[in-house]
Amino acid sequence: MTGGYLLQQMINGLVLGSVYALVAVGFSMIYGIVRLINFAHGDVLMVGAFSAFAILLVFGFPLWAAVLAVLTIGAILAMLIDFIAFRPQRSAPQVNGFITSLGVSILMQNLGILLLSGQPRPFNLPGWMRTNLDVLGARMTVLEIVTVAVTLLVLLGLTYFVRGTRMGIAMRATAENPLAARLMGIRVNKAIATAFALGGALAGLAGLLWAGRAGQIDPLMGFVPGLKAFVAAVIGGVGSLVGAVLGGYLLGFAEVLFVGLLPPSFGSYRDAFVFGLLILILLVLPNGLMGRSTEERA
Amino acid sequence: MLTLDGLDVWRGPSQVLHNLDLEVKAGEIVALLGANGAGKTSTLLTISGLLRPRGGRAVLSMDGREHDLLRLAPDRIVAAGVAHCPEGRQVFAGLSVAENLRMGAFLRRDGEVASDLAEMGDLFPILRERAGGLAGQLSGGEQMMLAIARALMSRPRLLLLDEPSLGLAPQMVDRIFDVIETIRGRGTTVLLVEQNAGMALEIADRAYVLENGRITLSGLAAELAEDARLQEAYLGLAPAGEGA
Ligand SMILES: Nc1ncnc2c1ncn2[C@@H]1O[C@H](COP(=O)(O)OP(=O)(O)O)[C@@H](O)[C@H]1O
Ligand SMILES: [Mg+2]
Repeated sequence: MTGGYLLQQMINGLVLGSVYALVAVGFSMIYGIVRLINFAHGDVLMVGAFSAFAILLVFGFPLWAAVLAVLTIGAILAMLIDFIAFRPQRSAPQVNGFITSLGVSILMQNLGILLLSGQPRPFNLPGWMRTNLDVLGARMTVLEIVTVAVTLLVLLGLTYFVRGTRMGIAMRATAENPLAARLMGIRVNKAIATAFALGGALAGLAGLLWAGRAGQIDPLMGFVPGLKAFVAAVIGGVGSLVGAVLGGYLLGFAEVLFVGLLPPSFGSYRDAFVFGLLILILLVLPNGLMGRSTEERA
Repeated sequence: MLTLDGLDVWRGPSQVLHNLDLEVKAGEIVALLGANGAGKTSTLLTISGLLRPRGGRAVLSMDGREHDLLRLAPDRIVAAGVAHCPEGRQVFAGLSVAENLRMGAFLRRDGEVASDLAEMGDLFPILRERAGGLAGQLSGGEQMMLAIARALMSRPRLLLLDEPSLGLAPQMVDRIFDVIETIRGRGTTVLLVEQNAGMALEIADRAYVLENGRITLSGLAAELAEDARLQEAYLGLAPAGEGA
């Protein structure tokens, strides 16, 4: 094994981890504010991918239009799901929301199959996105460079939002203590809708990047990234945004190294490995890397 | 300033306030006393719009304007000038002290938030010292000061304080009660909920006693402090004429 090979694997891990981080951070943000394990989050990614498909390949608009569209559609869709499915049962036990999110997920997947057919469609980004560049001796496509750069920019922006803006701090305050937040005059439903909108926008964007990587899209494509985001968020300590990002990258690296360093015949055990890693981390750190103890959260 | 008129409030299957009348005039400190479970917190939550009564009226009148509190959303009640410092402090533990104060001013759009922040630092020097630290790492007394300062950051005309002495060392309780008098001195009206009737009656102008959701006694604080029934029930003293 050469240094170049290892570097290539690290870069692949960075790219994969970036997409996981984008999805996981939204997933964790939503959990943080409503204590909801939202299994429909991956399906917002799927809708983002199909929206990008329509904008780019059906209507032939340029890439920037697709980026704007996936952000907007992801945000609106996630807010709609919250408004229709979750908001009416805000005071119900946590497990109700979880089951509802499974229902929403299945509904979206089946609607997708019904309206768009279950057949995978080729999804080809413009050629310049797929050209290879030489980065420190390793090879990266423009899409991969963009994926990493956009993720870092988005995460910086998100950090600024939750630390430095009035609405961002209000979102964290609501996640901490909804009753006290209401006494400050914060409208809790608005803060929650903001979290869904942000998470949805990031999932939509991840949908575009994921589809570009995979080269094809189908209505069930949200399942795997949704599940991986869940794992990443739990590894990081669900509810913690920094944790979700760390978890996303850790998972990306671990997965790529697992596939890259072991004989090819082990490749199909990739997901078993992911969950093995999850169990291992939770055995050592029951609240994840950055999670606070359950007593503190209660 | 605040008039509660015949409030009937239910929580789940049980009625927790019965035909409750209460008045707070501008510039007063009014104490609302009562044992655990009497309905003090429920009264404050109703004023803040977090509990909705089945019957009665709650009106806030200021500067010749009347606000029907039962028709206002909680955020509009804050905007109208009511701040509620909740029972058990409820600071945002994972936010910094400065962020907690900023959330107290959440609805304010004027340019004086920064100068009010500085003023809170003068009133509670410890908050300035710990501005960047997490609120959850403050001691109980410091958290109480933060909770009061956070409530003041909305520039309230009426401050609702729910058991500020709860769980604090006697020295700290003295500090907090000094602060309450300072706050009133700055022109903020105070409705003070307490189980510590003795101390509350020392700083209050008038007081109400709540028992099982009903007002059973009310009057001037100085007179109530001498009232045998109150002494027996809440001050832990034997009624006058009995005992050693
Ligand atoms: N969340 C709640 N749900 C239902 N009943 C409650 C709740 N909180 C308090 N109660 C009941 O309401 C009554 C009044 O409580 P509360 O207003 O908290 O009294 P206090 O503040 O005087 O101790 C009590 O009988 C209490 O058991
Ligand atoms: Mg109480």
